[in-house]
Order: sequence, then C-alpha cells, then structure tokens
Amino acid sequence: MASNYSNMTFSGYRRENGRVGVRNLVVILPVDDISNAACEAVANNIKGTLALPHAYGRLQFGEDLDLHFRTMIGTGSNPNVAAVVVIGIEPGWTRKIVDGIAATGKPVTGFSIEQNGDLKTIMEASKVAKEYVHFASELQREECSISELWISTKCGESDTTTGLGSCPTVGNMYDKLLPEGIYGCFGETSEITGAEHICKTRAINEEVGNRWYAMWKAYQDDVIFAHQTDDLSDSQPTKGNIEGGLTTIEEKALGNLEKIGRTSQYIDILGPAEEPKSGKGLYFMDSSSAAAECVTLMAAGGYVVHTFPTGQGNVIGNPIVPVIKITANPRTVRTMGEHVDVDVSGILRREMTIDEAGDALIEMIIRTSNGRATAAEALGHREFSMTKLYRSA
Amino acid sequence: MSTPHLLVHDHADNVGVVVVEGLSAGTTMLCVVTHDNSSFELVSKADVPIGHKIALQDIASGDTAIKYGEDIGKFVADVEKGAHVHTHNLKTKRW
Repeated sequence: MASNYSNMTFSGYRRENGRVGVRNLVVILPVDDISNAACEAVANNIKGTLALPHAYGRLQFGEDLDLHFRTMIGTGSNPNVAAVVVIGIEPGWTRKIVDGIAATGKPVTGFSIEQNGDLKTIMEASKVAKEYVHFASELQREECSISELWISTKCGESDTTTGLGSCPTVGNMYDKLLPEGIYGCFGETSEITGAEHICKTRAINEEVGNRWYAMWKAYQDDVIFAHQTDDLSDSQPTKGNIEGGLTTIEEKALGNLEKIGRTSQYIDILGPAEEPKSGKGLYFMDSSSAAAECVTLMAAGGYVVHTFPTGQGNVIGNPIVPVIKITANPRTVRTMGEHVDVDVSGILRREMTIDEAGDALIEMIIRTSNGRATAAEALGHREFSMTKLYRSA
Repeated sequence: MSTPHLLVHDHADNVGVVVVEGLSAGTTMLCVVTHDNSSFELVSKADVPIGHKIALQDIASGDTAIKYGEDIGKFVADVEKGAHVHTHNLKTKRW
C-alpha cells in the first residue's frame, strides 16, 4: 500500500544526466585561491552568476589533492548548478575539473590565466558566463517525485534540545522518506564518539558496520590521538554546546545520532565529497563536524537539500544547496528566529509529537525544493569551506 | 498535559534536561520521560538555565552518568538529587 508520502511531488530542474536540482545556478568556479579575483570579477560583470571563492588548490598532493578535485568537480556537477565557468591559473588542473563536470552533460567551459592575464580571462569568461545565464534562465521546472530528492543532514551549535527535538525530527523524516527511495546522508565522524557502538549496529549488514567502525577508529587514532594536546575541552563539545548544556562528547554523540531515526539503516560509507554509487538509501560520509566544511562536502557528493538541526543557533548556509534550519530550543526561536525555518519547540512543551515535527519538516523540504528561499539564503549565508587533510607541499 | 519543566529520555537515566527558561531553585518540577510520557515530580536545588541537566537522584563521585539509557561520562563530584549537572561535576570518559 502506498504511504502518505509516495504521491508527494515537487517542481525541480531535470539535468542532462537525469538528476534533479532544486536551484538553477550559474557558477564561476576557481580552481585555486589565486583565481578567486578573476571569478569574482566575472560574477560582478554578469548578473545571475555566483563565484565560489575558496582558500586552496595550490601545491596539494596525494589524498588531499584527490579531495580537492573531488570537491571542485562535485560542486560543479551538483544538480542545483545549471552551468559552470571554471577559471584556474594554468590549463592542466583547470581542464581536469572541466572534464569531470562535463561528464554530467551540463555546459561547462574552462579558462586559464597564464599567458592571458586576469583582464583578458575575465572578458572571455564573462562572455561565456552571459550565454550560460541566458541558457539557465530559460530552463523550466518540472514535476518530480519526492523519491528523486537527495537530502543530507548535519547538526550544529547543538545543545540538549537537539537530541530531544530537532535531531529526532530529521530522523523521523528519514524513517518516512528513505522507504520512498530518496538518497540520505549523515556524517560528522568525530561526533559519533560515544555512540559508535550504536552507529555500528545501524548499518544494513555486519560487513558495512565493520567498515564503518574501522573508518571511525582510524579517525580516532590518526587524527584525535595523534594531534590532541589536551582533553579537547574547548573543541568537542564546543563552547557553544557547553553553553547550551551539553557536557560530554558521549552526550553530544547520542543526540547527534537521533538524526537517523528509529528504523533507518545506512547502506554504505562515503569518503569526503564522494558521490554515492550503491543506489538509493542512507549513506555515512566520513566528514568534519565543522558545519560549513561538512555541508560543502555533502553538496559536492551530489545532495541538493540539507536539513540542519540546531540548538543554540548555528547560522550556516551554503552557496549551492538550501540549508533548512530546525530548532526545538524556544530561547533560540525567541532570540534569533530569523534563522529558523522549522520551529519544533512544541516538542519540549509536549504540544507537538516527533511524528508531527517530521511531517512539518517534510512539508518545508517540499516548499524549499519548489523554490522557497531558506532563512540562510535570504540572509545571504553562502559558506563554501573546503576540507584540507594536511598541509601543502 | 501541563508544560513540563524537565524532560528525561529513558527510565534508566539519572539526569534530565531543563526545558523552560528561568528555572529557579526550589521549584517543584513536572518531569516527563519522553520514552513513554510517564511523569514524576522533583524539586530543583539550583537556578538552572534551559538546556542544562539536573540530577534525578543522589549520585556519588565516580558514578556513571546515564542519558538516553547510555553512558555519557563519569561524575567527578558527589551530586545531590535536584542539583545542576554540568562540566563542574561531569567529565567525558573519552578524552
């Protein structure tokens, strides 16, 4: 029998590769930090384009360089992006990113600055960007099944109310929509510490659970224990978490894991910014717990809508993916309500059930996918933060 | 149901979360266990901010704190029933 959710639809942009986006952006993508200025100049010239300046892309190597390319190509390939202009200092790495994005079939052109200079590059890139704006602006939304959504989650500025209200709200949404065939994604490797024994059992089978545990343990040994200089008392939980009443990483982790609900199981594990390849279902992405980094990685993995539970009021947004904020903390609703898309503080007053909160979130996901600007979009939050694994050569 | 002052995840828990602003010492709190919506009363021993925890029983230093029915760290001081539980009397076991 069809569930209440099977017939839900939204209006999205179907891309050349069949994936569906909920935004329709023309992105000007720098390969490296020194190409930011040219990208920003093009975005200033051509209205309706968006530059994504970032801090990296030079002298990286090995796994860190692979992650850089994966993040750049994944960002350009995201279905929320209609077309891309790529600008790098030299043609080699620029072409690699252009070719990666071109595999989706969407329009993409690369420019390199050496032997041209900024001004000529900006002029030529602006002409192409203008054509891409004409192209994108004529694309039409079409009716799509809710099953075509890729929805990621990560919480931030958590407090005890996230474990009581906003994270279970996201979990309820996943319990309802994953059976409909959506792609889901959670992560935040360091924030599972204290709940790893539970997370391991939430895999689809023992083999996936064991791979998850090995990944988590490697992070614990190679990052935390290799680099810690104190008891992480200023980092995990964060000062904001502690202000909100969270005392230990175990407590924070147990609240965090509420985001995968009661019945949802993850089917595979993704490296940072890696695109899912194992079909519809929930994935765990090995990722930082820092909000902007994590959302940037999940967007590069191909997710088009992000659900973000917050307690104390994290204000994060992302340039290519709408970030829907959910809070159960009535003080946060009162003091910084302009950042909140879904108020589930009724859960704490026992006026709203988790089931009702999950439905309210699903309704907001549909409205957002149809084009409603999120609080973060309206407030101009476009945090694009690359993850760097180690220092450059 | 009246609006609760304190929410407890699980019957095994020895701490609960204040969910109202401006809770003062000496308040007879309505406490609700979210697992089954059962309720009980408890008197607060301190002014505790929203989101912070309160001990549900007398606890000895060295005992394990239980929330969500799970281990969330160890107490590093004796704590009276109704008292504020936070970084001054509870520490992680992980780092």
